[in-house]
Amino acid sequence: MVELTAPVKWTVRLAAVGYVFLLVGWPVVTLVQHAFAGGLDSFRAAFADPDVSHSLVVTVEISLWAVAINTVFGVGMALLLVRHEFPGKRLLSAFIDLPMSMSPVVIGLALLLVYNGRDGWFGPTLEAHGLVVIFNSPGMIMATCFVALPLVVREVIPVLEEVGDDQEQAARSLGANAAQVLRRITLPAIKWAVVYGVVLTLARSLGEFGALKIVSGNLTGQTQTAPLVVEQKYNNFAQGEAYAVSFVLVLISVLCILVVSLLRPKESQP
Amino acid sequence: MTRRIRLAALVAAAVAVPAALSGCAASNGATADQDKVSIVGFSVLKSANEPIISAFEKTDAGKDVSFTTSYGASGDQARAVIGGLHADEVHLSLEPDMTKLVDSGDVDKNWNQNATHGILTDSVVVFLVRKGNPLGIKTWEDLVKPGVKVITPNPESSGSAKWNILAAWAHGEHAPGGSDAKAKSFVTDLLHHTIAMPGSGADALASFLAGNGDVLLAYENDSIEARASGEDVDYVIPDDTLLIQNPAAVTTDASPAAKDFLKLQLSNEGQALYAKAGFRPVVDGVKADVPGVETPGDPYPEVKNLYTLDKDFGGWSQADPKFFDDDNGIITKIISGLKIGS
Amino acid sequence: MSTAVLSQDTRAVGRGRPGVRSTLTAGSSLGLGVAMVWFSLLVLIPLAAIVATAGDDGWHGYVDTLTNPQSWAAIKLTVGQALLVTGVNIVMGTMIAWVLVRDRFWGKRLLDLVIDIPFAMPTIVAGLVLLGLYGPKSPLGINVSNERASVTLALAFVTLPFIVRTVQPVLAELEADVEEAAASLGAGQLTVLRRIVLPSIVPAIAAGAALSFARAISEYGSLVLLSGMLPYHTEVVSVRVLSFIEGGDRTSAAALATIMLGVALAVIFALDVLQRRVARRG
Repeated sequence: MVELTAPVKWTVRLAAVGYVFLLVGWPVVTLVQHAFAGGLDSFRAAFADPDVSHSLVVTVEISLWAVAINTVFGVGMALLLVRHEFPGKRLLSAFIDLPMSMSPVVIGLALLLVYNGRDGWFGPTLEAHGLVVIFNSPGMIMATCFVALPLVVREVIPVLEEVGDDQEQAARSLGANAAQVLRRITLPAIKWAVVYGVVLTLARSLGEFGALKIVSGNLTGQTQTAPLVVEQKYNNFAQGEAYAVSFVLVLISVLCILVVSLLRPKESQP
Repeated sequence: MTRRIRLAALVAAAVAVPAALSGCAASNGATADQDKVSIVGFSVLKSANEPIISAFEKTDAGKDVSFTTSYGASGDQARAVIGGLHADEVHLSLEPDMTKLVDSGDVDKNWNQNATHGILTDSVVVFLVRKGNPLGIKTWEDLVKPGVKVITPNPESSGSAKWNILAAWAHGEHAPGGSDAKAKSFVTDLLHHTIAMPGSGADALASFLAGNGDVLLAYENDSIEARASGEDVDYVIPDDTLLIQNPAAVTTDASPAAKDFLKLQLSNEGQALYAKAGFRPVVDGVKADVPGVETPGDPYPEVKNLYTLDKDFGGWSQADPKFFDDDNGIITKIISGLKIGS
Repeated sequence: MSTAVLSQDTRAVGRGRPGVRSTLTAGSSLGLGVAMVWFSLLVLIPLAAIVATAGDDGWHGYVDTLTNPQSWAAIKLTVGQALLVTGVNIVMGTMIAWVLVRDRFWGKRLLDLVIDIPFAMPTIVAGLVLLGLYGPKSPLGINVSNERASVTLALAFVTLPFIVRTVQPVLAELEADVEEAAASLGAGQLTVLRRIVLPSIVPAIAAGAALSFARAISEYGSLVLLSGMLPYHTEVVSVRVLSFIEGGDRTSAAALATIMLGVALAVIFALDVLQRRVARRG
């Protein structure tokens, strides 16, 4: 492995660390500073407000549903894309990436156009049968699934490709059926990719703001999520509480990422 | 073996927890109910409405009523109601947003046939400045002095931002020596001095409070609340400015309790509570101690030249298309002709 | 992380013949069917609704949007800034990935964790903290708020992880032998990097760049307070779309959205082609 000369090594190291520190590290420190500016006062005030605690429950609930759905979809889609051929595969693969490039405003608008109860394509019919999508949980879960859609798929595909299907073929030739191959060979091989994808999806879901602003109706104490509460608190001169709630959201995501990175076998260390 | 168990536990939790939490599931009440009132209002009303809701719950009419609320930018809220968001009462920032609801059938066309012509809260356009008013801003002309940095929300993405721009236009047109042409050049000049045009009044206020700019075109009630919350700002009421009128109405399928609530809001008691939040009362004889006002003995100084939409612009039905039409609106054309820094 | 766009080597189980054929079994066909139903309900049909709404006025909708000087300025700004930030990410992202894989120093683990934080932050919070540090009340004395640089800053923040995370695993997998052989033959560090390491990681960089670009053109939340959203100066496409929606002009909003989707797809495909071409050579 090429060994960089000392000056080059140090330049690269300082540039990388400096960049990350100034761009992300220091801003995060200011978040912590603002959240703890009055000691635990902001947290106490924030959590004394029932709207805040309810918003956190809503956020976690919606996120967990989105994670579950996206994981099943993600693993299934990855398996289909890597292990099979079918017409339109490349197109489908490109479309799965599309949510990453869509503004949350557009995503909210798109779902609204189809599922709103007044003049949506499907909305009125669904509501006539009792399924209210927009301004209700199903719409919020869909919006969250939408924004985080590619995350699990993209983590699993390279691992599936790399692992190859020799073991699966061998198992099949020894008489295992599809379900057994899946359970005993494929899934364990992609386990850590799935877990990382799950954690990224969770983090993304907890923080979703723009699309939910449009499809949730921002109903205080009902469909208002934590990021929406952050905005409301900030705009109502309760900045301390806004920072406190933000800190909690970021902390949950960071903890998940940290736990995964600690548990994962250190395969990327040389 | 342990890793498999861990993974299984993760999946199990992902499914079991939402099932357990479904007791407090996010949901909205979708039908009008005797004992429910659903309020959809513009952002700053959140803190203003809380004491009035409490007051209502203490009355006979309000004893067993449960409230749902949703607050956000006026235009967003109007669109949400049109899109199916259930509301018993809508309290919006400006009449055009209410007109949209009349057009969609959510609000009766006679909504404004009452003593206050449908208006529930009033305010005026003011200049929000740094504490002590270091630049000595007193009049509209001071805003376009060299080097003054202005913030105002963008009327294209915020309905309530229209109040600010129309106030500037009214000054240009109706101040002594004013005219249509003068108004156009004044507004253009003002926009050249504008360093930020956030998407909503609330964002504009947040941007100003974060330290951007020298002066914010703001609403008096927002400014009063900012000062009451301890922000280091002052507000200046110019000699000539525009009256801001926020309409409110019950929807066509509103619960009876909503109508009672609106009555309370329009009463002296309700108006006094709105006054505490910085709004100007729409009925006479309301006295209140308003935290955060510049002149505590005289919370609502009389404005020498108070412009109104009806008197000076022929009403919103004329002014909205004339100034803000997507293609031909006067203001739309001024903004698209600005080409700042491009 | 790498894109869902598939690598050259993906071939169906057991079949060696090229060409488009279906190798789906009954079980996997059912799976594909179910997945496609969900995917349609969630993504394809809403996307179709956008395109349909954009087409309400026929081609007029698109032409009017592109010829509207304010919208055009927003498109130029958004695409320009996204390309700029992607360029920065290509350089910095690769360097950071290098440091994470090949370097050893105290605090490296922390660096690894901090890189994922832009994912963990709601965009509105990102905007708040960037405003605090690089706005009018900046302790560093750097104030970029309401300037174009603020857009670059916010976009750099939200796109930081992408190239780092696509390059990192590839760098980690590189075998040392080739590099050591080259070094023993007298190649200097620059030559080794340029001729051996770089070609191996270009596909990963391309994949990450596609993600970085896509994410950058759609950003909204972090720009709300930081950029000032001044027309022609710092107004990005997302804001313009919101203005159209506010004005009741869904057609223009949808037209603008569709144009940006087209741009995103074009870049994704272009980078996919680049990836395949390099992979074929390598």
